[in-house]
Amino acid sequence: MSARDVVITGIGLVSSLGEGAERHWHVLSTPGAKPVLDAERFQPYTIHPLPEIDWGLQIAKRGDQRQMETWQRLGTYAAGVALDDADAKDEALLATMDMVVAAGGGERDSAVDQAILDAAASRNDRDLLLNEKLTTELRPTLFLAQLSNLLAGNISIVHKVTGSSRTFMGEEGAGVSAIETAAARIRSGQSTHMLVGGAFQTEHPDMLLGYELDGFLHRKRWKSVWQRAANDGGGVITGSGAAFLVLESREHAEARGRNAYAAISSVASGRARRSEGNLVEAISGVVRALGAPDQRLMAVSGASGAHAATGAERNALQSAGEFALRGFSTLTGHLKEAQFPFAIALAALAIHNGAPYPAFDAENESPLEGAPEAVLATSIGYHRFEGAALVVKA
Amino acid sequence: MPSTTDHRGRPVIAVTGVGVVTSLGQGVEDNWTALTSGRSGIHPITRFPTEHLNTTISGTVDFLASSDKGASALTYELAEIAALEAVAGAGYDVGDFAGPLFLASPPVELDWHERLALYDSADLDLPVYERLLASAREQLRQEIFEASQFGAIADRLADRFGTRGLPITLSTACASGATAIQLGIEAIQRGESERALAIGADGSATAEALIRFSLLSALSTQNERPEKASKPFSKDRDGFVLAEGSAALVLESLESALSRGAPVLGIMRGCGEKADDFHRTRSKPDGSPAIAAVHAALADAGMSADEIDYVNAHGTSTPENDKMEHLSLSTVFGERMKRIPISSNKSMIGHTLSAAGAIEAVFSLLTMARGVIPPTINYDHPDPAIELDVVPNVKREAEVGTVISNSFGFGGQNTCLVMAREPV
Repeated sequence: MSARDVVITGIGLVSSLGEGAERHWHVLSTPGAKPVLDAERFQPYTIHPLPEIDWGLQIAKRGDQRQMETWQRLGTYAAGVALDDADAKDEALLATMDMVVAAGGGERDSAVDQAILDAAASRNDRDLLLNEKLTTELRPTLFLAQLSNLLAGNISIVHKVTGSSRTFMGEEGAGVSAIETAAARIRSGQSTHMLVGGAFQTEHPDMLLGYELDGFLHRKRWKSVWQRAANDGGGVITGSGAAFLVLESREHAEARGRNAYAAISSVASGRARRSEGNLVEAISGVVRALGAPDQRLMAVSGASGAHAATGAERNALQSAGEFALRGFSTLTGHLKEAQFPFAIALAALAIHNGAPYPAFDAENESPLEGAPEAVLATSIGYHRFEGAALVVKA
Repeated sequence: MPSTTDHRGRPVIAVTGVGVVTSLGQGVEDNWTALTSGRSGIHPITRFPTEHLNTTISGTVDFLASSDKGASALTYELAEIAALEAVAGAGYDVGDFAGPLFLASPPVELDWHERLALYDSADLDLPVYERLLASAREQLRQEIFEASQFGAIADRLADRFGTRGLPITLSTACASGATAIQLGIEAIQRGESERALAIGADGSATAEALIRFSLLSALSTQNERPEKASKPFSKDRDGFVLAEGSAALVLESLESALSRGAPVLGIMRGCGEKADDFHRTRSKPDGSPAIAAVHAALADAGMSADEIDYVNAHGTSTPENDKMEHLSLSTVFGERMKRIPISSNKSMIGHTLSAAGAIEAVFSLLTMARGVIPPTINYDHPDPAIELDVVPNVKREAEVGTVISNSFGFGGQNTCLVMAREPV
């Protein structure tokens, strides 16, 4: 135990399963949890849609809500839930709180884009067409409403988190780096309390396109993350969701009388040269670097379903020790930048509640008994970058 | 022997290699010559047609192989060129840097040309949302896919330079370049590495990017004489000039630099930041977040405001920024602010967005090392409300031992770097 241990004192979760730490624990700890799916809107793709959200609960001003596209609104909302959960909505505390957001962006105006694409069919002067349409049809505020660092910007405006504001980009890797950097800053004394997390809103054709340009999406009926066959598409089923965490040094949390859900004892990340076929070894290396206790552990896996990465993770965790895998994307869908923060949150909830999750897919995930002392959380990128953390009792 | 730890017992951070590309040219020497000659890199846009646009000028980098290949390709090439110069200059093997990489780069969406190409092969009988998706899955396009992934550029750079670990791609809007440096400094201070590569690169001056900024009324529309349009601190300033460029810095513990006899180009003394909760594009009217960022940087550096010799301004040439920057600096430096030289590199290179903080850090280091302050050009009609020594129009020889460089961005981003010529 050290004064600078990194403890988790607030969790803000949103997914198709609902909202809040308690709700997620309740749903996921009940055997036989069923996914919430929408297989119609984006056929042939299935997605896990956003639940109904009363945005006003966390974003009081309608004006603020209007300045954000859904992705920013979702992240700002989840950040507020995390801050409430940590009892951290205190002016002085927020004014010194550091923030790292793992962000995507690019929630474009589909109607404007479509109008341009349609008009382009009969035009040869396409560059001119772009100027014509974009200058007249783009909403001036759209740029900011979908710009990557403006999720953090909106969190500052709405929740008054103003110590510092940094935005990382790069799919799952952004989430890994956000957690890793936040934890390292606290552990080294560079920061005492941080808000870290990410959001992903998949219900937009461009968000699906970002995967499907390289054929990553699963195209047949829903299956668990471990069961998606290669002839059913690329294996990824996406979801809308967000995960934010309030991280504090142990000393800081104790000084303000906060109990922690759990502690992050170590984070490791990597950039495997996957084309060289070494992903299994690379994942094993990342997991080894965490210094996990020599016992059977639950692994809250952020596996995306992408065939190569998901297969490699499964192989690596089987060989690196005995892990009881829990692939939560089975039930939430892949949350991209939010995937790693989400994995950490679920790991912390299992520690906090003193019980492992039941298998989300009993055919492919082995049972585990007893209160977990330590839980592995992983996020192996569907295309690049790997990360894992060991979450332990605070 | 200088001390290799600072006032907080942390490793002192030296800069041992720099590289830069702007519309003024490629490489430190070409840029420095142009910058100190007061030459502007701003020109009429030729990359795309400018009909219907209110702004028809920019500081695009038009002389690279990727200049017409889209934002993603150009941003990579800009980053690569700057990093090659920096890493080689620092005396490291350009294929085996073996330290972490921090890349400030723009959030780039699928290029319109790529989007249109996809649509050309789409099945128009499908529902609208499905057309691009169907055409994507029927003919996978690795290159377009990579351009849509935010982590792709850093991944390629990591391969190219043999950097260590998962590279971090970041965006703090127009403060990004400074944030990349700050992240590198912090990693070395934590003892994670003896060196880090910080890059800011931005090749995203597409028609859509220009239109987006234009719709926010952020850009100058003084198109008639492009080289005169960027006029920070002038009365008739009317917006920034969109530009491209890149800079790379090899950050290294002073101890490591000295032990291997590497060139020490300057010292990163401290950094500070403070988020603004006032508005998405406007600063808090009292300038308090910018003030707090400068104070935080000075405290981090263990220095007082009296010890700063020169300010490398954010100086975008927007009515709002220059006023706010003046207000915040005057609050920090008091009466002395009227006499501290302050100049804006953006008067010549325009606003290079994600790259600006890194480019301006490199120019700040050169300013100290060479004892020459680059001017603020186009300073013909001073804003009477902004009383500053902007080093008007002509470079100035001066002993500069310490610099602060400001970077402010949309979304409440405020970052300040403190640099020194020599270790203490």
